[in-house]
Amino acid sequence: MNDHPLIEAFSRMYDSERLLTRPAQLMAYESDALTAFQQRPAAVVIPQDRAEVIETLRLCHEHNVPFVARGSGTSLSGGSLPIADGIVIALNRLDRILRLDAEERIAVVEPGVINLKVSDAAKPYGLYYAPDPSSQSICTIGGNVAFNSGGAHCLKYGMTSNHVLGMTVALPDGEVVELGGESLEGFGPDLPGFFVGSEGLFGVALEITLRLLPIPQTYRTVLAAYDSLHAAGDAVTAVVASGLLPGAIEIMDALAIKAAEVGAKAGYPKVPALLIVELEGEESAVEAEFAQLMQLIEETSPLEVRMAQTADERARIWKGRKAAFSAVGRLAPDYIVQDGVVPRSRLGDALAEIDRLSASYGIEVANVFHAGDGNLHPLILFDGREEGALERAEELAGEILELCVDLGGSITGEHGVGMEKRAFLPKMYGPLEMQAMEDVRRSVDSRSLANRGKMLPAGEAESLSHVGPHPLEKAGVIFRE
Amino acid sequence: MVRGGGSKPALSLPNCLDDAQTLDLSALKGVVDYQPEEYTFTARAGTRVSEMAALLAAEGQYLPFDPPLAERGATLGGTVAAGLSGAGRYRYGGIRDFLIGIRFVDGRGQEIRGGGTVVKNAAGFDFPKLFVGSLGRLGILTELTFKVFPRPPAFATVAAEFDGLTDLLSALDAVTRSDIDLHAVDFASAEEGWTLWVRIGGLPNVLQERARALQTVVSAGTGRARRLSLYQDQEEESLWQTARSMGWLTEGLGLVRVPLTPRRIPAVEEALSGSETATRRYSVGGNLLWLGWPDRTAQGRVKQDASRDLHSLLLQQDLQGIQLIGRARRGTMQGNGDNRADEESPLLGRPMQNAFLRRIASALDPEGKFEPW
Repeated sequence: MNDHPLIEAFSRMYDSERLLTRPAQLMAYESDALTAFQQRPAAVVIPQDRAEVIETLRLCHEHNVPFVARGSGTSLSGGSLPIADGIVIALNRLDRILRLDAEERIAVVEPGVINLKVSDAAKPYGLYYAPDPSSQSICTIGGNVAFNSGGAHCLKYGMTSNHVLGMTVALPDGEVVELGGESLEGFGPDLPGFFVGSEGLFGVALEITLRLLPIPQTYRTVLAAYDSLHAAGDAVTAVVASGLLPGAIEIMDALAIKAAEVGAKAGYPKVPALLIVELEGEESAVEAEFAQLMQLIEETSPLEVRMAQTADERARIWKGRKAAFSAVGRLAPDYIVQDGVVPRSRLGDALAEIDRLSASYGIEVANVFHAGDGNLHPLILFDGREEGALERAEELAGEILELCVDLGGSITGEHGVGMEKRAFLPKMYGPLEMQAMEDVRRSVDSRSLANRGKMLPAGEAESLSHVGPHPLEKAGVIFRE
Repeated sequence: MVRGGGSKPALSLPNCLDDAQTLDLSALKGVVDYQPEEYTFTARAGTRVSEMAALLAAEGQYLPFDPPLAERGATLGGTVAAGLSGAGRYRYGGIRDFLIGIRFVDGRGQEIRGGGTVVKNAAGFDFPKLFVGSLGRLGILTELTFKVFPRPPAFATVAAEFDGLTDLLSALDAVTRSDIDLHAVDFASAEEGWTLWVRIGGLPNVLQERARALQTVVSAGTGRARRLSLYQDQEEESLWQTARSMGWLTEGLGLVRVPLTPRRIPAVEEALSGSETATRRYSVGGNLLWLGWPDRTAQGRVKQDASRDLHSLLLQQDLQGIQLIGRARRGTMQGNGDNRADEESPLLGRPMQNAFLRRIASALDPEGKFEPW
């Protein structure tokens, strides 16, 4: 492939540091956070500015070679998995915050900017960027845009798409378009809204205008322990029905609590289920709502209740929760995370069924989830060295996805379809819907080059069923923490 | 051409296509599913916003973006297609943020589902968002699913009067950058000076205290408020009722919606200062201008070139506007002064030319059955 005319063209654009073609160089890009899939690209290019990105897309189009644009590769659905013999466009060097306008409360950023860096930059102005995926200290805004990333605090203020006002985008053939603008209100079809969550199939976002919010005056976080997941679920129902609108409502089960303990020494009580509820806003309002919340929680007969009194205590509660994912990696060599959504009133049914499936497969499942919006996160534990273990884990994962669809929900709340769930999208949508999506994709990207094989099942991207840790993890370069 | 409740007549005027047909969706109405404990509902496109709002209110719930023109008969489908959000959009987001699922008929006559019925869903392309503001030009909406929120048990509004726009904008900056949770921030010129309305909501027992804190922030800007007043209960509710129904719009004026940002406002005001009869209200913290635009002369005759004047004004300001009420008539302003036959279009100002939109439209409507974008 190295003598392919496209690579030759790239070698005229990129120096050898920024055009990677040797197997040892490519290894780091072979998979993302969904380590079960691996694929070797033909080359990785590392552009430094938007002009290079545009030219790269134009050349890929001209030579009819598929490409994947990626940031930090934290996708849990294989969204940034390379395409065999395709190009990986690593956007990490487009990491400038181009403008931070405190008066208009917006930040204009390049796609490689890390999520948390936006809030860091906005902090001196009393502002922050609301969406907070668990991986926010490494994941990039470009990836958040592609997958409409969520987080624990989406309940009140929504996911990435609710915070993107405008974008400059390179369509898959390199044509550049402006979508949206700087106003909270749009004109014509909501094109930024349609682009967000399109999983890289519509091209590459070159500049993104984000909405910033004033940092809440205060937070009140409560942790309540229950003797069953069902009891914790009932508490959620009571909180939601009360008319309170918390910033976050989270549940963790015993196995997830154990993982959080191992991974972050969160100091959680060792119980069957934990509920975290957080209120935010003005001091006096939060105080009044908190009194109401505590009364509600007392009525649900918790085993124990802890309140975060200080910023440190709050941070500790969240550290355990946010570390739970990667910490599960300490309990088993491998795991698959699902993020299906069920109607909130069916949470209890869904958890009972997952429990039953877990027992019948003899596979441990840890549950950490955004209970406030019905977004499950079952972590399916397995040991990939065992013959057939991955296949059985995937089969169980598939049953959980079908369960979510059967209950009237969705196969993904925030991780996206990616590589992993593309076989399940047609279970959620009928043939007409699938055709409409394929038609739109073909119309936007006539050669289906952009992230081919993701989201829509018709793609040709192949995956090697690989088992075990990430290549970099094996090499001792990264750890799942 | 699709028509619903007729509250935005400029969007359903017979257009220049001779053989265009009008499809009246006002009978395609009714709630399909509403489960208050899920905080979601599904209704047919022709369902009136006012009917839905009443059903939600009975359960202590609401659409927080204050859908406008409900009192004039607006339907859910029309509100989505026109992409309209009202003052309450400031707090939790606009109609784009609350629409979670749709059914639409594409250009080939196929009914297609987009999104879902759960509050969080990242599966597949986000067709619900695409259809917000699509004006029936990408497909015909037949059914909609929204998420809703619990309605705050009480609201209070602080009104502040200022001598001039500069003072008001300074107070606007102070209040919108503060850490007070604001539900709505609107302003308009009064007989003398300008008035700012700031709305907060929540538990009634602490609302007074919060309103006092808000008054302090409003008057902390460099521009001194001439007068501060606090509205509560029915009086407060009717302030925002007026905003939703465009009750301030003088009879006979057209209505144009213009998205912008606070920074653009001084130049816009400067440009509008010549036309004394243009009444207006700024909403969503200065992110939206509702413009009442005269389309008749003082003698009551139709001004043929009214929209065209506004069209060129918006072009000069590099803004875009959409005419909702009144005659949508503009000349083709291509810069060479060649105003050939008047083109009927509710879209004013900077043209909507977008390769992404063109590509999407050609997939959903390959034979060009709908009005082109």
